[in-house]
Amino acid sequence: MTEQAVKSPPQALDRQDERLRQDTGLRGAVRGFFDRVRAGDVGVLPVAVGLVIIWTVFQLLNPIFLSSANLVNLTLESAPVGVIALGIVCILLVAEIDLSVGSVSGLAAAVLAVLLVNQGLPLGVALLAAILTGSAIGLLYSQIFLRFGIPSFVITLAGLLSFLGLQIYVLGAAGSINLPFDSPLVRFAQTAFVPAWLSYVLVVLAAAGLFGSGYAQIRERRERGLSHGTMRGLAIRSVLVLAGLGFAVYYLNRTRGVGWMFVLFIALVLVMHYMLSRTAWGRAMYAVGGNAEAARRAGIKVNAIYTSAFVLVSTFAAVGGVLAAARLAAANQSSGGGDVNLNAIAAAVIGGTSLFGGRGTAFAALLGVLVIQSISSGLTLLNLDSSFRFIVTGVVLLLAVAIDSISRRSRSSHGTA
Amino acid sequence: MPSTSASSDERTSARSGSGSPILSLRGISKHFGAVAALTDIDLDINAGEVVAVVGDNGAGKSTLVKVLAGVHSPSSGTLSFESREVTVPTPADAHALGIATVFQDLALCENLSVVDNLFLGQELRKLRLHEAEMETRSWDLLRQLSAKIPTVRIPVAALSGGQRQTVAIARSLLGDPKIIILDEPTAALGVAQTAEVLNLVERLRDRGLGVVMVSHNMADVLAVCDRVAVLRLGRNNGTFDVAGLSSEELVAAITGADDNAVTKRSARSQPRPGATPTSATTTPTPNPLTEREPDD
Ligand SMILES: Nc1ncnc2c1ncn2[C@@H]1O[C@H](COP(=O)(O)OP(=O)(O)OP(=O)(O)O)[C@@H](O)[C@H]1O
Ligand SMILES: [Mg+2]
Repeated sequence: MTEQAVKSPPQALDRQDERLRQDTGLRGAVRGFFDRVRAGDVGVLPVAVGLVIIWTVFQLLNPIFLSSANLVNLTLESAPVGVIALGIVCILLVAEIDLSVGSVSGLAAAVLAVLLVNQGLPLGVALLAAILTGSAIGLLYSQIFLRFGIPSFVITLAGLLSFLGLQIYVLGAAGSINLPFDSPLVRFAQTAFVPAWLSYVLVVLAAAGLFGSGYAQIRERRERGLSHGTMRGLAIRSVLVLAGLGFAVYYLNRTRGVGWMFVLFIALVLVMHYMLSRTAWGRAMYAVGGNAEAARRAGIKVNAIYTSAFVLVSTFAAVGGVLAAARLAAANQSSGGGDVNLNAIAAAVIGGTSLFGGRGTAFAALLGVLVIQSISSGLTLLNLDSSFRFIVTGVVLLLAVAIDSISRRSRSSHGTA
Repeated sequence: MPSTSASSDERTSARSGSGSPILSLRGISKHFGAVAALTDIDLDINAGEVVAVVGDNGAGKSTLVKVLAGVHSPSSGTLSFESREVTVPTPADAHALGIATVFQDLALCENLSVVDNLFLGQELRKLRLHEAEMETRSWDLLRQLSAKIPTVRIPVAALSGGQRQTVAIARSLLGDPKIIILDEPTAALGVAQTAEVLNLVERLRDRGLGVVMVSHNMADVLAVCDRVAVLRLGRNNGTFDVAGLSSEELVAAITGADDNAVTKRSARSQPRPGATPTSATTTPTPNPLTEREPDD
């Protein structure tokens, strides 16, 4: 034990059980980490390791891969699918699924383009209508799900087809509508980058925010005599985040920099992270995913939670569709088609969201979509076409689900399923 | 309706000091399709009183508990809470009235930690969870129950059966309930924890709460309860004052006969002639000396 007899404080309220190993200091932290991994609480470890492997391999195959220009592209490509994946995380948390996010995103893109270009409505109105289309679809799904008890994968499979049809209908005979290049929306997605100075300010704010919330937590816990992390550990973590983010931003700034669209995605991830981990609503999402009947008996309005999950996933799908259309400067019949659907679901699962419900974080969407887009970008750089991309993405998805299943089994053998 | 006899209520009214019950059930029935799980149940729960609900497996005890907790709505009958007629369509409504329940199947979320489960649905600061305060209160609660839980940050899935039961009991104590319903609270508990839960039941009674305890353990029932309501095949089979009630009489009421496996067995193991009644009575009539008015 690394505990010094001299300095050891009176034992914390939550550390008094004699069976509990006293993990203190850095060694304790490392040991606790390996224990958690062995017990199947893998968290973001597999995806982080996977990302490093993928980046190394592609960099060895093509030195352009890790170039600043390519990474800037990667971040921009990630945003639309990442936003959709954020919704998928929500619906997977309550142990349901939405297979129609691709179609819904395509429909939202079509609605946006028709209202903006064909009808000549103001951008704000078109945007609002496109996004509310998604929300309305989510509301419809949730009502069907709650009233008739049809499994969500059937409802959304039907939705996948129906809303694809609606998308084609809305687009009309032309089948494709170009968005004007001078539209603020298109500029936001294509050419709007954070000024270098502001990007560094944001990095400092992020690190400061981490430090601030960590400090508040330590203080609150110390006041109540609970075990708490050390200030030194917190400082080290904050500095690491500062340095890591700082370097990433510096590297991106060597070419075009950090796109506002990517910042929007990150902001959404952070907001969802807060909502899921620090509010009663988030707790309820995990509870419903873990044991819906127990959640109901605890007084949670389970139907409202399901509704919120369905509405969120469709709304995020619509936002993702709008961003994709903006990036492409067009909405057409293949908007939201192809691999968008599976990429979004794969991203959420690869990022560590369990298909079995009740497990996952908002960061899963970020990490997962980086993996998916890295594979896609790397294969494109190698001049391999979409056939390979589909195969590789499929294999990676299977791998991610395998890790989920294995860690689940490991959790149950360690009694933490 | 015959009025309550003064003598039979002496013990409870002395403790509670108030005449009218907090919760009273009149003619509660519950059908699951063709199965009548509960038929015409009458029951009163007074403040500062522990009422045991006993009965064989499948007698309808848990169904009764779930009706009170808002999990099932009764097919017919009325519930009155503090002399107002109420309906409890959802568990949230039961919580709002001040009815807290420990279910037989515990109803915990295995993927959530102990603290999260304890405060599920009644978190402190909904929009910015007060984790530290919730953890502190969790420790206070668990200590009251002499819970042997190493850390409250692990998922409930990692706990033993008895530890989970303790968590479920601790959860019912949060949020100042007026009535606590315990469905076989000590079924999985160790010796010390069982004693602690029984002590707790007595403390709750002394604080003026109404406690409903479902139990198969006659010794526990006779030790802490004031009254015993016997369910048999979904019907009231009498309500007894515990004072002066023997465990044989209780068993007879539960099984509906003086001649049953339990009495035969105890007769065999202690072959003292006349120690236990052995006459074969098939009518489900409990000892008339201790039976109270059915609609008391
Ligand atoms: N959800 C349900 N659907 C259909 N039948 C049910 C349901 N719940 C209970 N029952 C039936 O109601 C009857 C009473 O069940 P209940 O669970 O109340 O018994 P119990 O007295 O709690 O028994 P135990 O001592 O085994 O816990 C049983 O016959 C059971 O089959
Ligand atoms: Mg039962």
